[in-house]
Amino acid sequence: MSLQVGILWLCVTALPALAHEEAASGVGTGVVYAVPGGWFEAVMFYVFAGTAVLSAIGVCVSRSVVRMATWLFFALGAISVLYFLLAATFIAAIQLIVYVGGVLILLIFGVMLTSQSPWVRFTPSRLNLAVAGLICVGLLVCLSSILLEADFGAPLSTTPGVTVEAIGRRMLTHYLVPFEIAGVLLMIVMVGAAHLARQEKQ
Amino acid sequence: MKDFLVTQFGFSLVLAALVFAVIQGAVAYCIYYERKIAAWTQDRYGPNRAGPLGLLQPIADGLKFVFKEDYIPGHVDKILFVLAPGIMFVVCGIGFLILPWGGQLDASTLPWLGSHLQPGERMLSVQVVSLNVGILYLLAVMSMSVYGVVLGGWSSNNKYSFYGAMRACAQMLAYEIPMGLTILVVVLTMGTLRLEEIAAEQAASGVWNVARHPLAALILFITALAEANRAPFDLAEAEQELVGGYHTEYGALKFGLFFLGEYASMITTSALVVVLFLGGWHVWGVSALTMEATSIWAVLAKMTVMAGKVAILIFVYMWVRWSLPRFRFDQLMRLAWKSLVPMSLGLFAAAAGLLYFGLHRSIAACLAVNAVVLAGAVAVASRGRTPITGRQANLVRQAARNDVPLAEVRT
Repeated sequence: MSLQVGILWLCVTALPALAHEEAASGVGTGVVYAVPGGWFEAVMFYVFAGTAVLSAIGVCVSRSVVRMATWLFFALGAISVLYFLLAATFIAAIQLIVYVGGVLILLIFGVMLTSQSPWVRFTPSRLNLAVAGLICVGLLVCLSSILLEADFGAPLSTTPGVTVEAIGRRMLTHYLVPFEIAGVLLMIVMVGAAHLARQEKQ
Repeated sequence: MKDFLVTQFGFSLVLAALVFAVIQGAVAYCIYYERKIAAWTQDRYGPNRAGPLGLLQPIADGLKFVFKEDYIPGHVDKILFVLAPGIMFVVCGIGFLILPWGGQLDASTLPWLGSHLQPGERMLSVQVVSLNVGILYLLAVMSMSVYGVVLGGWSSNNKYSFYGAMRACAQMLAYEIPMGLTILVVVLTMGTLRLEEIAAEQAASGVWNVARHPLAALILFITALAEANRAPFDLAEAEQELVGGYHTEYGALKFGLFFLGEYASMITTSALVVVLFLGGWHVWGVSALTMEATSIWAVLAKMTVMAGKVAILIFVYMWVRWSLPRFRFDQLMRLAWKSLVPMSLGLFAAAAGLLYFGLHRSIAACLAVNAVVLAGAVAVASRGRTPITGRQANLVRQAARNDVPLAEVRT
C-alpha cells in the first residue's frame, strides 16, 4: 500500500508544472470570482501557511505515531488550501484526495502498530536522526537555491483557468507514455497486493 | 458595504453563513423527523410532549447537549479526543460550499441591495464556490469524514470504540470506489465536473439523469447511505455489538458534534444525488424553475424545490433505516466488492463507449446499457455459489447445496 501511495505521489508531483502552464494562458470560465486581493488573501495565506508550518513541526515533535499522522493531515490540508488560494483548483483537489486521503493509510498503520498498547512511544535512534538531518539539509539547500533564483515580480491570475480539461488532454496526448506507465505500475501493485493478501490466508 | 454584498465574493460569504445556519436548524429538525418516522414505522406516537406536535423537542434535545457536563475520561488521548468531533463537524460542513442551490441570480432584483443596479448588469451564482473541479472537491471532502471516526475511536482507548473505527475505515475505503465510478458515469454523460452546469443542463433539456442511468442512480444512493454511516450500513456504531461504537466514550456537546456531522453528511450526500440524478432545482412546467428565471423570487423558489427534493430523499434514508436490518460485516464487504464495484465499472465502461459513439445523451441507448449491465449482474450472480450465511445450524445444508466440505464452510 505504501508503494501505491508512493507512485501516486510521483504522478502528482509532475502535475504542478502543467497547471502553471495552463494558468498562464488563462481561459475565462463564465462566472467571474472577484476574490479581493490584498489584505484578505494575505490573511488567508499567513493563517494557512502558519498552520502548515506548525503542523509540520508537530509531526517531528510528536512521539505517538497516530498523533504524527494527525499533524501530517493538517499540514497537507493547509497546503491544499494554499493551492486553492493560487487558483490551482485541480492540484488542490488532488492534494486533498491523494495526500490527505493517503494519510488515512498511515493513520491505520499507526493504529495497528499501537493496537497492543495505545500509548507506545516512538523514539528514533541516533542513526535515524543523522540520516534524516542529512536529507533535510540537502532539501533546504535545493529549495533555497530555487527560492533565491525565483522571480516574484508578476502576480498570478486569481481567475481559475479550465485546468481539468487541459490536463486531461495533455495526459492522453503529450504525456501519454508516462501516464500509461504509471497506470501499468498501479495495476501491478494492485495485483501484487491481492496476491499477498491471499497467500496469508492459507 | 452595500456594494460589497452584491459582489460574488460578498454574496458567497452571506450565502455560506445562511446555508450553514439553515443546515444547523435542519439537522435539529432531521432528528425530530427521524423520531416521527420511526414512530410511524413502529405504529406509535413519537415525541409529542414538548410544544404542539412535539415540535419543540429538537430545542430541548439541543439544550440538553449544551448543558451536560463536558467530561473527558481519564484514559483517553486528550488532544485527539477533543480534535476528533471537531474534524468530523468541520469536514461535514465544508461539503455544502460546493452545492448549487438555485442557478443564477440577477442582483438588480434584490430588494434594497440591488436598487442601484440595471437589470442584468450583474449576475450572481447561487453557490458559495464554483470550482471547475467541483465533483473532485466534493469526493475529497466526503472521504475525509472518516478521519473523525477513526481518531475518535482510537483516542478513546476502548476496544469497542476501536472496533467501530476500524469498521468505519474499511467501509469507507470500499464504498468510495463504486461512488466515484457512478459519479463518473454522470460526468461522462454531461461532459463537465461543475455541479451547477450538471443541474442547469438537466433543467434546460428537461431530462433528469435518472431517466438515463437509473442503475447508476441506485448504486449512488446505496453508497451514499454507506458514506453517511446510515443503517443498514451503520456497523461503526452498532449499539447491540459495540455499546455505542466509535463514540462510546463521548458525551455532551462532543457527542452532539458527531451527531450533527452524521446528519449533515446525510444532507450533503442526498443533495449530491439530487443534483447529479434528480435535476437539482428543476421541476417540469414551472416557469420560475428554468435557467432564464433569475429574479430573487425565482431563486427562492428554486432553493425551496431543491430543499424539498433533499427532504424527500432523507425521508427515504429514514424509511430504509427503520425497515432493513443491519448488514453483517462480511455481507457489507461482499456487497461492495462483488456487486457494486463490478456493476459500476460496467456502467462506467458502457458510458465511455456510448460517448465514443455519440449516444451518451440518448435515453434509449443509456437505458439499454443499464439493462444489459443489470442482466449481466443477475446472470453472473445466479450462476455463482450462494453465499454461505446465517445460523450455524444451517451450515450443513448450505454446504451440501454448494457441494463444499463442511470444514471449509466453518472457517
